[in-house]
Amino acid sequence: MAVDKNMRILIVDDYKTMLRIIRNLLKQLGFDNIDEATDGSMALQMLRSGTTYGLVISDWNMEPMTGLQLLREVRADAGLKALPFIMVTAESKTENVIAAKEAGVSNYIVKPFNAETLKTKMSSVLGDF
Amino acid sequence: MTHDDAEIALQKRLDLIRAARGNAVPLEDVAEVVRAILDTMSGEISAKDLHVYNELEGLARIIRETKREIAEIRPEEIKDEFLPTATDELDAIVQSTETAANAILDAVESIEAVIPNVDAAAGEALSNATMAIYEGCNFQDLTGQRISKVVNTLKRIEERVNVLVEAFGTDLEGLAAGVSSGGGGDGREDSHLLNGPQHPETASSQDEIDRLLASLG
Repeated sequence: MAVDKNMRILIVDDYKTMLRIIRNLLKQLGFDNIDEATDGSMALQMLRSGTTYGLVISDWNMEPMTGLQLLREVRADAGLKALPFIMVTAESKTENVIAAKEAGVSNYIVKPFNAETLKTKMSSVLGDF
Repeated sequence: MTHDDAEIALQKRLDLIRAARGNAVPLEDVAEVVRAILDTMSGEISAKDLHVYNELEGLARIIRETKREIAEIRPEEIKDEFLPTATDELDAIVQSTETAANAILDAVESIEAVIPNVDAAAGEALSNATMAIYEGCNFQDLTGQRISKVVNTLKRIEERVNVLVEAFGTDLEGLAAGVSSGGGGDGREDSHLLNGPQHPETASSQDEIDRLLASLG
């Protein structure tokens, strides 16, 4: 099934520069409908606001709510639990990957990453585009 | 026996020896006098007590020496000057890298804006180049996270120095109390997993992450 490039994507990172980088990479990949949040709690509010999102791309280490906490909240929410969720983080220890997997992450990208990795991981979650 | 009684007894014993032998006293007689004096003090100072007193004196010496060494490193100066300066410098590095990254992004976005105005081949080349620049700008996030780890470490050192400064001159035993465990926990439920960027030599690569994810099913 073809990926709907008009889908709304929520990107979550506490570094504004990082949000800008991911947004621009997504635009180059053909995705223009992008919203931003600077921590898990802000993202959760946006996800529960009624707007339909097709993908969440989230950093892990944020305050007050981390990306892992956001992921757990999403998976525990009946209306959001099937939402594709990619973690993009500098946390590369085995224990981190296991914790994210156990929490239901769809895929995991370790920083620093390149556009090809982002495209590959999005394809594995959403289908080829 | 009091100290005065012991002194009188000792004096009497010495007078008797001096009367009998003059000022040339054999070592055996000195040893006998000491033994006799110790015997009179039996029940007041045991060998065990003396050992404890010696240990206490040793501890007091160590504490005095430690205080002197603490004074030499001037903890007030570390607390009031060195640590805040180091923290400010690191914050400035984060700020300047962020400013630099944003300046680069501004320039890249202006290049992207003209891509539609050039021919397809040039447009593709520009697009590839701008994407590579975006990828390269990842450094700012990682730099910020690494420096944040250093700043947190400095804050923990500052916390300990504060305790040292407060305790100095009063009671060194207070040094151990009042200091947090230093585990880096910050109240977030997954704080034990917030390790930050790993050193490039030890960090897992994307391929390793992918294999681990696949192995987890």
